[in-house]
Amino acid sequence: MPLISALISGIIFGIGLAMGGMLDPAKVVGFLNIFGIWDPSLAFVMGGGVMVNLIGYFMFIRRMDQPLCEARFHTPQNRSLDIPLLAGSVLFGIGWGMTGLCPGPAVASLLTNPSTGGLFLIALCAGLLAGKLILSQFRPA
Amino acid sequence: MTIDFAHFTPYTSLIGGGLIGLAALILMAANGRVMGISGILSSALTTLPAGGTPAGWAWRWIFLAGTVLGPLVYLALRTDGLLVRPVNDGTWLYIGGFLVGLGSMIGAGCTSGHGICGLARLSLRSMIAVMTFMISAVVTVYIVHSGM
Repeated sequence: MPLISALISGIIFGIGLAMGGMLDPAKVVGFLNIFGIWDPSLAFVMGGGVMVNLIGYFMFIRRMDQPLCEARFHTPQNRSLDIPLLAGSVLFGIGWGMTGLCPGPAVASLLTNPSTGGLFLIALCAGLLAGKLILSQFRPA
Repeated sequence: MTIDFAHFTPYTSLIGGGLIGLAALILMAANGRVMGISGILSSALTTLPAGGTPAGWAWRWIFLAGTVLGPLVYLALRTDGLLVRPVNDGTWLYIGGFLVGLGSMIGAGCTSGHGICGLARLSLRSMIAVMTFMISAVVTVYIVHSGM
């Protein structure tokens, strides 16, 4: 069951990204281009996503003792507003602005746009592993 | 500021966003997991070698496979295709991809984890992350793509 729900969630996520316009790097850059010719569409993607998730989270998830197919919820417990959060977000923003791609759309582009999304995905994985290595130097597990 | 009405898609973007929110809700309600793609991807790459259980590892690859298949389902349902206009290739694409990976690992989240999931849980940490990467990305686009 947990594998089926993960598959369904992934497929709906991929459809939503495609429909919302997130797989088109020029559209993403158009959204970030607020000082130029601005395309506000992706604010609607973000707004729609947060709205549905927020309503569902407070109406259903918070009232559940455990998830339907697993033993417990794995929600982030880290509350600290620290340097890694800010530094990581700055680096993330630079890469996102340069390419118009972030991790979800990169994965979803693997078959529809392999020449850009696929190559980006390889570099993305290298960056994730490099980040893990850097974090392990500071926070021994 | 000039609004780009030629490319503005409020309805499909709102519905697409709603589907992304629904996907996040399903993963949390059924699997008890945050739908953060950078986290899912990095754990998919490292969980098993680091001694994790196969069950805790397989759902991640299954979810990612679904994400790859989703756009194909969308293409099968629509007749007008999928608009994809890359803005760069080669070296810049690699540098950008590496920065996105490095940044989301160090900052513990990306557009989906901090953006869709963190904001919905009203996490202050995620709000700060989203504001920071939005400002950083807008400044980057202003510098790199100001001709667009």
